[in-house]
Amino acid sequence: MNTAATTHYPAMTTSQQVESRTLCVLVDNEPGVLARVIGLFSGRGYNIDSLTVSETEHEEHLSRITIVTRGTPMVIEQIKNQLDRLVPVHRVVDLTSGGPALQRELAMVKVRGKGEHRMEALRLADAFRARVIDATNESFVFEITGASDKIESFVNLMRPLGLVEVSRTGIVAIGRGPEGM
Amino acid sequence: MTDMTGAEMVIAALADQGVEHIFGYPGGAVLPIYDALFNQDRVSHILVRHEQGAVHAAEGYARSTGKVGAVLVTSGPGATNAVTGLTDALCDSVPLVVITGQVPTHLIGNDAFQECDTVGITRPCTKYNYLVKNVADLPRVLHEAFHIAASGRPGPVVVDIPKDIQFAKGAYSRPREFQHRGYRPKTKGDLDKIKEAVDMMAAAQRPLFYTGGGVINSGRAASDLLRELVKLTGFPITSTLMGLGAFPAADRQWLGMLGMHGTWEANWSMHDCDLMIAVGARFDDRITGRLDAFSPGSKKIHIDIDPSSINKNVKVDLAIVGDCAHVLEDMVRLWRASALVPDKKALEAWWTQIGKWRAKNSLAYRNSNEIIKPQYAIQRLYELTKGRDIYITTEVGQHQMWAAQLYQFQEPNRWMTSGGLGTMGYGLPAAVGVQLAHPNSLVVDIAGEASVLMTMQEMSTAVQYDLPIKVFIINNRYMGMVRQWQELLHGGRYAHSYTEALPDFVKLAEAYHAHGIRCEHPGELDEKIREMLKVNKPVLFDCVVDPAENCFPMIPSGRPHNEMLLGDAATRVEDAVTEEGKVMV
Repeated sequence: MNTAATTHYPAMTTSQQVESRTLCVLVDNEPGVLARVIGLFSGRGYNIDSLTVSETEHEEHLSRITIVTRGTPMVIEQIKNQLDRLVPVHRVVDLTSGGPALQRELAMVKVRGKGEHRMEALRLADAFRARVIDATNESFVFEITGASDKIESFVNLMRPLGLVEVSRTGIVAIGRGPEGM
Repeated sequence: MTDMTGAEMVIAALADQGVEHIFGYPGGAVLPIYDALFNQDRVSHILVRHEQGAVHAAEGYARSTGKVGAVLVTSGPGATNAVTGLTDALCDSVPLVVITGQVPTHLIGNDAFQECDTVGITRPCTKYNYLVKNVADLPRVLHEAFHIAASGRPGPVVVDIPKDIQFAKGAYSRPREFQHRGYRPKTKGDLDKIKEAVDMMAAAQRPLFYTGGGVINSGRAASDLLRELVKLTGFPITSTLMGLGAFPAADRQWLGMLGMHGTWEANWSMHDCDLMIAVGARFDDRITGRLDAFSPGSKKIHIDIDPSSINKNVKVDLAIVGDCAHVLEDMVRLWRASALVPDKKALEAWWTQIGKWRAKNSLAYRNSNEIIKPQYAIQRLYELTKGRDIYITTEVGQHQMWAAQLYQFQEPNRWMTSGGLGTMGYGLPAAVGVQLAHPNSLVVDIAGEASVLMTMQEMSTAVQYDLPIKVFIINNRYMGMVRQWQELLHGGRYAHSYTEALPDFVKLAEAYHAHGIRCEHPGELDEKIREMLKVNKPVLFDCVVDPAENCFPMIPSGRPHNEMLLGDAATRVEDAVTEEGKVMV
């Protein structure tokens, strides 16, 4: 007997393409709200590639969560609908399907080294428009903003030059044009 | 605005929200609320024997009345014991407000005695939950909890109240109309889409209504409107386990329940229809079977109040988000106003085909004079109780499916069963809640002997409050559905599905000061059922049945609707045409 017949559940049948999406979620900034959002993703087996959260409207106590996720179109639709029905969620906007959007990340990159390595690190930082925000005789901390792939290349270039550690914000995103979410 | 303690606010809010009965169990962290319950007569408290029982009783209460069920339990184990009931209520969309005590605020996170992270534990099994850290928030939170539990797609809401907040004084305010900041479920369906749906219905050749628990949850009006629409259109109708009773089983347009243990005609109609109109149903895996072979040739309309139910398992052609009653009302109106005429010929042919499927008599079984067949027991129970003011609850397993197949429900809110979660032990406590809400009605828990032992202690509750529930135990000494799967799919290796030692249910009933009846022969069944109905106290009815009987029809998992297994008593003639089928329109 094949496995499909011995299980209690129907077999998986979907073979749709997996896509990456950036979702902006406006939520009440109340205790546990992030746990609700993350719990939804883990509980239902959705992916989180990047997640950022901060209060954006202080008077109304609203936070904006930016989530980069992956899934088939049907799963993405589920994710949006499931998010939308959480009680503290006000709005869910799909920035990938909703027209052109800007996506940026900020990273702090610590590099340790001397001599030529140190000079090379500074030169590359200049080329990438990374700022020095901390320096000692043997180290720099660079601040760099940009699209994720730009940060990725910068970090990769720093690796042989004495990369110590990286701290990244994850992606924040906003739609282009005059309209808000 | 009146000054009172947090504990008094809880009672005031319950009373103001129309709660008559609260099911609960006291403990250290809720003592102030119990103190406030003492010497007042606005809210009556029903003491259960286990917190899971409290939640199921509240579910039974809620589902048989359409009101919000209320529960009061203590912190730690009180809250964790309630988790199964909460999950059950979430799966089946039952409106509940569950109040849990919590250790004092300054001890939260301290691993205090009987502390647990109640909001953390219940977050995934509630529609919403609150931890109240300021007594000033308490009245708003309590009223909001009732609003959230009852509106939109209903569900359980937990309010976790630390003990110091119960003692603290503050100003109480009565509930008033308010708009929640973010939570505003959509109830009115989009008229353009409803119009489109009506056009699709008028053009259909092989249409089918597929309805679910959402119709029941939407209230009596939804069932009435559904009946009107089904009559107007002349279409056949089937329903999920949760939707039974929304449409009367006695009606000729009723095809019986669909799904894994649904009728031959309901499942074949689902498979072969060209238009499926899903109303308040969620395309659960027990319904769809193999997804890529699910109703391959049909257009699908889906009406649901919860947008996340749409396109979750099955891609539909037209989605209408809204409350069933609202949408059905618009549909009836637009159908009446529509100039489009359905294809009578096609519909006639469709009914002829359905008549052929019906002739299969898929619920047939071989009866016996020696041993009670479980199906026979349920049929006799139905025959001897039909026409009475009756509510049925069930546990989970074979007996539940036989009850769904064979007990004929004519009205909504009369059938309480654990569908989504499939909680063994649901039926007895649910019956307690139902009987409390309907003291003069007949309440029967069609049970299995394995399930009912999980919450048997609630017999004690039934006795304490003079609730004459009838627990009709289909006793085959097996976890019957487990045994059936082991027989059909695991080579007959009956691993741990037989109960070697069962209590004597008659003596057990006596031990609870209830009434016990045992029935072992088909010949004495009627007489004993009559005895059960006559006794005006809780009854444990031990109906000893054939241990080997299987529940058919059955769609083995991973198979489509047209590959059902039938019992050997079903009609073999593949294409029997009945006169019945021919005259149906």
